[in-house]
Amino acid sequence: MGSYILKRLLAAIPVILGITVIVFLIMSLIPGDPATAILGSYATPENVEKLNRDLGLDKPLVQQYFIWLGNMLQGDFGRSFSLNRPVLDEVLERFGATLVLAGTSLVICSILGIIAGVVSAARQYGVADKAITFIVLIGISIPSFFLGMMMILLFAVNLRWLPVSGMYAIYGGGDLPDLIRHLLMPATALAVVATGVIARLSRSAMLEVLRQDFIRTARAKGVTERNVIWRHALKAAMVSIIPVIGVQAGFVLSGAVYIETVFQWPGVGRMLVTAILTRDILLVQGGVVIVAACYVLFNLAVDVAQSLLDPRVTT
Amino acid sequence: MTAGDVAPTPQRRRPAAGAFLKLFLRNRLAAAGAILLTAVVLLSVLAPLLPLQDPYAQDTAQKFLRPFSPGHLLGTDHLGRDILSRLIWGTRLSLVVGLVASFGAAFFGSVIGITAGYFGGRTDNWLMRAIDMLMAFPYILLALAIVAALGPGLVNALIAVAVVNIPFFARNIRGVTVTLAHKEFVDAARLAGMTDLRIMVSEILPNVLPVIVIAMSTTVGWMILETAGLSFLGLGSQPPVADLGSMLGEGRNALITDPHASIVPGLMIFVIVMSVNLLGDGIRDALDPRLRSGALTRPMARTIVDRNAVPQPPADPALLNVQELRTEFRVGSRTLKALSGVTLQVRPGECLGLIGESGSGKSVTALSVMGLVASPPGVIAGGAVRYAGTEVLGAPFSELRKLRGDRISYIFQDPLATLHPLYRVGDQIVEAIQAHHAVSKSKARARALELLEAVRIPNASSRIDNFPHELSGGMRQRVGIAMALVNEPDLIIADEPTTALDVTVQAQILSLLDDLRRERGVAILFITHDFGVVAQLCDRIAVMYAGRIVETGPTAAILADPAHPYTRRLIACVPELGEGQRELHAIPGLPPAVDDLPPGCAFAPRCDKAQPACRTGEIPLDAFGSERAVRCLFPESDQAGGAA
Amino acid sequence: MTPTLRIRDLDKRFGGARTMFGFGPEKPSVHAVQSASLDVTRGQTLGIVGESGCGKSTLARMIVGLLPPTAGVIEIEGTDYAAQAGKDPAAFGKVIQYVFQDPISSLNPRKTIRQILETPLKRLHGMPADKRAARIDEILDAVNLRREFLDRYPHEFSGGQAQRIGIARALAAAPRILVLDEPVSALDVSVQAQVLNLLARLKAEFGLTYLFISHDLAVVEAVADRVAVMYFGRIVELAPAREIFAAPRHHYTALLARSAPTVGRPLAAPEGADAELPDPLNPPPGCAFAKRCPAATEICRREQPPLEDHGTGHYAACHHPAR
Repeated sequence: MGSYILKRLLAAIPVILGITVIVFLIMSLIPGDPATAILGSYATPENVEKLNRDLGLDKPLVQQYFIWLGNMLQGDFGRSFSLNRPVLDEVLERFGATLVLAGTSLVICSILGIIAGVVSAARQYGVADKAITFIVLIGISIPSFFLGMMMILLFAVNLRWLPVSGMYAIYGGGDLPDLIRHLLMPATALAVVATGVIARLSRSAMLEVLRQDFIRTARAKGVTERNVIWRHALKAAMVSIIPVIGVQAGFVLSGAVYIETVFQWPGVGRMLVTAILTRDILLVQGGVVIVAACYVLFNLAVDVAQSLLDPRVTT
Repeated sequence: MTAGDVAPTPQRRRPAAGAFLKLFLRNRLAAAGAILLTAVVLLSVLAPLLPLQDPYAQDTAQKFLRPFSPGHLLGTDHLGRDILSRLIWGTRLSLVVGLVASFGAAFFGSVIGITAGYFGGRTDNWLMRAIDMLMAFPYILLALAIVAALGPGLVNALIAVAVVNIPFFARNIRGVTVTLAHKEFVDAARLAGMTDLRIMVSEILPNVLPVIVIAMSTTVGWMILETAGLSFLGLGSQPPVADLGSMLGEGRNALITDPHASIVPGLMIFVIVMSVNLLGDGIRDALDPRLRSGALTRPMARTIVDRNAVPQPPADPALLNVQELRTEFRVGSRTLKALSGVTLQVRPGECLGLIGESGSGKSVTALSVMGLVASPPGVIAGGAVRYAGTEVLGAPFSELRKLRGDRISYIFQDPLATLHPLYRVGDQIVEAIQAHHAVSKSKARARALELLEAVRIPNASSRIDNFPHELSGGMRQRVGIAMALVNEPDLIIADEPTTALDVTVQAQILSLLDDLRRERGVAILFITHDFGVVAQLCDRIAVMYAGRIVETGPTAAILADPAHPYTRRLIACVPELGEGQRELHAIPGLPPAVDDLPPGCAFAPRCDKAQPACRTGEIPLDAFGSERAVRCLFPESDQAGGAA
Repeated sequence: MTPTLRIRDLDKRFGGARTMFGFGPEKPSVHAVQSASLDVTRGQTLGIVGESGCGKSTLARMIVGLLPPTAGVIEIEGTDYAAQAGKDPAAFGKVIQYVFQDPISSLNPRKTIRQILETPLKRLHGMPADKRAARIDEILDAVNLRREFLDRYPHEFSGGQAQRIGIARALAAAPRILVLDEPVSALDVSVQAQVLNLLARLKAEFGLTYLFISHDLAVVEAVADRVAVMYFGRIVELAPAREIFAAPRHHYTALLARSAPTVGRPLAAPEGADAELPDPLNPPPGCAFAKRCPAATEICRREQPPLEDHGTGHYAACHHPAR
């Protein structure tokens, strides 16, 4: 097991390098003078020249990449001109807020999705199955940003149950209950689509597994039906559900960009959107690389979870 | 025969009310989606012809008019522009962008996927590594990076959405292509002189196309949503042009005061995506052969029993009495009569061999005994199964469950598929004990170990903690036997337990089974297609053809002197070692389809002795001598002094 | 007489490539077929027998050019094709064809039978449309299929019929040799005999040479002139069919013959429970069968026995041949 984790960790290195290459190549598509693009059109000539020197922008592309990569490895992601602070500091601060939001959503959608899927499959064509299928259909069709706006209208504006936006109350906030009150709506809005997807997949994975010969063996042994569903079938179905949770984590992280915008959540997604609109290229670049690298590590954890479940993976 | 073998045709309806309703509902949902989508598409296509106001005409005096205001059916936005007009033009834009992105992603993804999957090896490795890199991003980061580099704008948003969806297509298509590329028909095409390109286009592509269409139908809604999302963030369409996303984004600024400017475009996106999803589900169901054949129905805990009458208990009850058992597969409007009245009995400690070709109903008989025929589509439509005098088919499920694995246990054909892949073999045996006996885990484990040693697994104390995939086929089948024996059952039903094994391993397993049944006095119902196997193992045999037992009696007597023409000819077809190179005796024709059985004897069309009488009426299974019975009007042999 | 098919020291190794795009350590490799040598004379049927994983299908796929051999010679009617294997199967297609085990999966589900049968005529022989129709009729007659089948799709056929179509496709290429890879093992016994008899008739009619691969000894004995027994990637015994099972020299062949369930012979445990194939990633240095062999001695575990003639064309690779 230890060697498997080590192997996966080593395999993650080229992936993260690949990510930096892709980001670098995309950014090299920026038309015009890169230094001006990075610093904005109001930059002083001295600053432009300094940046050209720092990033080696006058050098060939390959060399530029390695200079950039070297800087990043030393923790230097450059400075955001619009915020006038190091990119790394800004991204890490914002990323924490995003993790709280996306993490909560991921937990909600995994638990609800799997339960809904299993119940749906176990009672295929029953009332519960039809109801779940219908709710799921609506869930995966509704844009999360629209759903979030409607929730604000209903729960914050009309019913006044929950705060409209932000992560903490401006006055007297900051404790956990306050965070939870602020988190409730955005985390739910963010979880809806992923819950639907996971529920759908869990249902079909369960149906697939329930047809397998080893389920018939379990029944032929006289195992109770509850154990057949929740032990035999669900365990085998998890083999195909876990990777989907990994993929959905990416979707939740992506959806967070919208939800953060709608709920004014101080996360990395909203930061990126603002950075793009203000053309703060270094901030975009740094944010994308750091978040993507963390996502790679998360997927590695998913792989490890998978190998713990399925002994056939490591061999 | 299993449900998969009956090869149902599409668009069949099951008579069960719930299933019918479900199919109807599903079709209706897909149709509703299609109608909705058509309406939306029509509206947007006809936008230039409709009497709409100029979507860009500003009138700040008229800003934020409520819906149903005079002149503005859906009201106006923050610049006083007509929302209805902007909505229809915006829908047009969103649809076009979503479709183009979807086709783009599908095209490039399919090209990459087919190329990688077909060529495999290094090409595959490099292409898929590149795709993996793209997939390593949470997709929106990649899209944001692309938009950041190219600048905000609708075309750039379209490119970004298309690019981030290429991996999805490439992966899916590659997966399907890999399976296809290893199919034998691709090898055949190579040997028939086709070039790689031609094989990809004319052999692979037609088979991949449904998958591409399914993938597109499931992603097109998603892509519309994504481009709308980017526009919502202000990164897609730029003012004054608006798609649905940017309308929603603009409306958000006045969400609390004037919600209608957000709700209208938001609902439109929802309606479009939902109708696309409904339609997509319909398309997938229509194209996916697994769904179409109803294969994705979940078999229930026991076979449905739907019979009019229960036969009287037999005069002389044996350990197991199967009486007039009729099991059917109801697939759509077709009813496949897998068993049309099977009667057999197993006495304590004896081994009965049930022999027949595929489709003869031998496995269905075996599975029907404990209600294990997959249901739906299987239904027990008549007859009775009595264990030690008690009828089990009609018993409550809790009673049936108590018999399963305790008094009557099973050994199945393919030991890899029939053991749970994620549990250690020891735990699986322990579970079989604990399902019936309240014993501690350690006691149960000791018992499991004892059994593993009894089935002669070398090094059992370490093998007990292995997973099934760590054992060879022969060892796995020994585990299967141990599991069947662990509760000391009275009867083991062995359904082709050695068919998947190599011949030398088969010999080991057969001799093991023979030893164990004699040691423990357990009865066996042994299902096989191999005369050699029954001859060596079984006391009595029953020969099945087209869902009926055509001949039964002591093994030696039947093999030496088969009475039914089918038995005789079947034995003659089987080549035996030691007879040298020769012409084989073939039986002309094919076994009949079980949904279209001829009247009279099912074998009559292939039988060279058939008389007109053979083709009419019910032919009974008559006693033939003291211990034998045969279902034939003109038995081959009269040595048994039969009463034919 | 020069053999129609002559293979010498054919070898196939799978894996062994380097990981990490060719820079990393070597992956473990499996020696699937090891120095196989065979001659088949015109009009003969050579049976190849062995259990799953013994390399018989790999050998067959190399012989028809679907898989490039790692080393060795494949000579068909005097021409060495080995270099073209895996690259240009069409070069093989004209002289040697393959009949697959699974009749359904060997037919493209989206093509009609006519399209399937036309392909070799078009691609291998460049036959014009009018001639093709006549030729297809001829072939259909040969395999006893009706004309109206031509415009149907494969799923409409039973296994036995589909296998006839597979045979018809192979015949359409007008080859001299047919490789039959378990052609009847997916079929029921009553249909098996029909197909085997058809194959026997076609062989005589078209002057074909057969390579018949099967795990079923009785079937092979019924159709073959000579039989090669494979174990763990090697040919361990090669002899006339009537001799090989009646008087096997290699102990593995003897075990196979003993294990086949036969009417009228009592059940006997042929060997102990731990008798299994050696690990292909870590093969033993000597005879692969030594661990299971009743006659094995020290030399068997140390040295690979060569395939030697034990009189009148009866070859066996055994240090201590039976009798």
